[in-house]
Amino acid sequence: MKIHEYQAKELFKKYDIPVPSGGVAFNPEEAGKIATALGGFPVVVKAQIHAGGRGKGGGVKIAGSLDEAKALAKKIIGMSLVTHQTGPEGRLVKKVLVEQGLNIQKELYLGIIPDRASAKIVIMASEAGGMDIEEVAEKTPEKIIKIFVDPLAGIYPYHCRDAAFGLNLSGGAVKEFSAMLKNLYSLFVDFDCSLLEINPLVITAEGSVIALDAKINFDDNALFRHKEITGYRDTDEEDPLEVEASKFNLNYIKMDGNVGNMVNGAGLAMATMDIIKLAGAEPANFLDVGGGASAEMVENGFRIILGDKNVKGIFINIFGGILRCDVLAEGVVQAARKTGMNVPVVIRMEGTNVEAGRKILSESGLNLITAVDLQDAAQKVAKIVRV
Amino acid sequence: MSIFVNNNTRLLVQGITGKEGQFHTRQCVTYGTGVVAGVTPGKGGQKMDEIPVFNTVKEAVEKTGANCSMIFVPPSFAADAIMEAADAGIALIVVITEGIPVIDMMKVKNYIAGKKSRIIGPNCPGIITPGECKVGIMPGHIHKPGGPVGVVSRSGTLTYEVVHQLTQKGIGQTTCIGIGGDPVNGTNFIDCLDAFQKDKDTKGIVMVGEIGGTAEEEASDFISKNVTKPVVGFIAGLTAPPGRRMGHAGAIISGKSGTAQGKIAAMKKGGIHICDNLGVLGELCVSVFDHA
Repeated sequence: MKIHEYQAKELFKKYDIPVPSGGVAFNPEEAGKIATALGGFPVVVKAQIHAGGRGKGGGVKIAGSLDEAKALAKKIIGMSLVTHQTGPEGRLVKKVLVEQGLNIQKELYLGIIPDRASAKIVIMASEAGGMDIEEVAEKTPEKIIKIFVDPLAGIYPYHCRDAAFGLNLSGGAVKEFSAMLKNLYSLFVDFDCSLLEINPLVITAEGSVIALDAKINFDDNALFRHKEITGYRDTDEEDPLEVEASKFNLNYIKMDGNVGNMVNGAGLAMATMDIIKLAGAEPANFLDVGGGASAEMVENGFRIILGDKNVKGIFINIFGGILRCDVLAEGVVQAARKTGMNVPVVIRMEGTNVEAGRKILSESGLNLITAVDLQDAAQKVAKIVRV
Repeated sequence: MSIFVNNNTRLLVQGITGKEGQFHTRQCVTYGTGVVAGVTPGKGGQKMDEIPVFNTVKEAVEKTGANCSMIFVPPSFAADAIMEAADAGIALIVVITEGIPVIDMMKVKNYIAGKKSRIIGPNCPGIITPGECKVGIMPGHIHKPGGPVGVVSRSGTLTYEVVHQLTQKGIGQTTCIGIGGDPVNGTNFIDCLDAFQKDKDTKGIVMVGEIGGTAEEEASDFISKNVTKPVVGFIAGLTAPPGRRMGHAGAIISGKSGTAQGKIAAMKKGGIHICDNLGVLGELCVSVFDHA
């Protein structure tokens, strides 16, 4: 799960990680009030959306006066912000963060992520702050320091010193940075984060260490033990069909094509999308109904796929293991009748009780096209959407 | 021959009295797996069908000589269950549970480092040596005993699809392993490839990967240096959009890493026969393995 910068900074404050003074505004008047309360200019007006690259897209601006702050807030709130992460349609901005301007002397990068291969928590730091860290990692990997922490032992002062001296910090900044990193690590493990990133982390002319930006993603599998975090979810940032699907525990991701598809199992669902593309069509979605899909889940899945107006054909691919094909076929027939299916459906079933399942489909009287195998199914559905 | 499980496997089921635990235990028994014990804290002394249930793994091991555990406990208790099994000396721990927090699995992995236990999973279908022993939730009947092909995969139903195509083409399997779709898992591709390479009855290997992480790239490097048997590979997720979790917690393209294109390129470089179209994987295996 992703959260906004201003929400991440709220968590930072709870962990004594210094952030600029500021507040979130939903309209220009609120932005003006916050700017006034900050007691001095310049202030920074930052669009709050769940995507990176906001500055380059024109969503982060500096205001030198109250009027300018209000004018910028008016311009940014309501704009469709396009960044390299939003896609060409952009994302509607509904709120801005208004913060004090800082006297920046140095910009650093600091990130914490779990490392899959070593099963350690890795702290990444770089003096190349403020830049696209992926690019830094690719072109000048020597500029990134990596420190591996065993999650059983936790973080120790030497980890922090390694990072601080590696960043060529000196004087009071070493101590301040080390204290901050320790707190940041605690926040990471306390809330089961899957990514925690500050880019840039700044050293001010006054020598303070301050998180100018804040990005946190959480491990979805651990949300059950962080009820307070789920309150940060902003469904405005998600696709409406995906929000709907999540209510039924369906794993749905909307895409741009016109072949809707419903599959049991995530790996097979991805492979099904791939074979649709290979057959010359484009998948409209990813939808994994899970290994133990019930008739009800199949019905909800159908409804969500049909909620996407681009869908011109549907491909159902089920490998019945524990889930029997006859049970699934019953579910499909019921769902098709209830939802008033108005696009052609190609079904490919394999596995337990497949003969009984096929019989149910063919005797249903519905316009269901059965396929003998994956290849056959993909070609049939691609042919349908082409005409 | 086979790897990791066979006729000598003495299976214990943690979470045997739950709905899933009961159902799949019975499926394993029907397949012929030697299920010797179950563990559900507080239900020691009871029986599930004819299988004795114990309060702790330690007691179950002492009384029954169990050497393998299959775990069905819910995600919030899974780390505890895995470490309990490892401390009781269980050699092979197969974790079916889906949805275990990443930090829990990282702790488990560091905890068992240096111990003798091997973990398969989590979030996996399990492992099967066709005709001998099924430890997991896969449908047994789609498999064909006798080899000569070993299968290793990050997926569940996609593995069934692959196995089904092999069986349809008359190609049997030595052992099929699902290593799971989570970012941090126990046994990885390399462990399985190494074991298949050393197993004299395995003549060829099918490796099924997906987007996310760098496990396939590392495996390809290993194959080019250490595996002499032919390997057929497939990667799911060519059409997956970046930054989105495709069902599995581990299946996510972050930035430039974890893409299907990158993995396929690495696998080709490692000498793996890449299957571009899942629809014809069976045919490809026939042509590759028949000439092996």
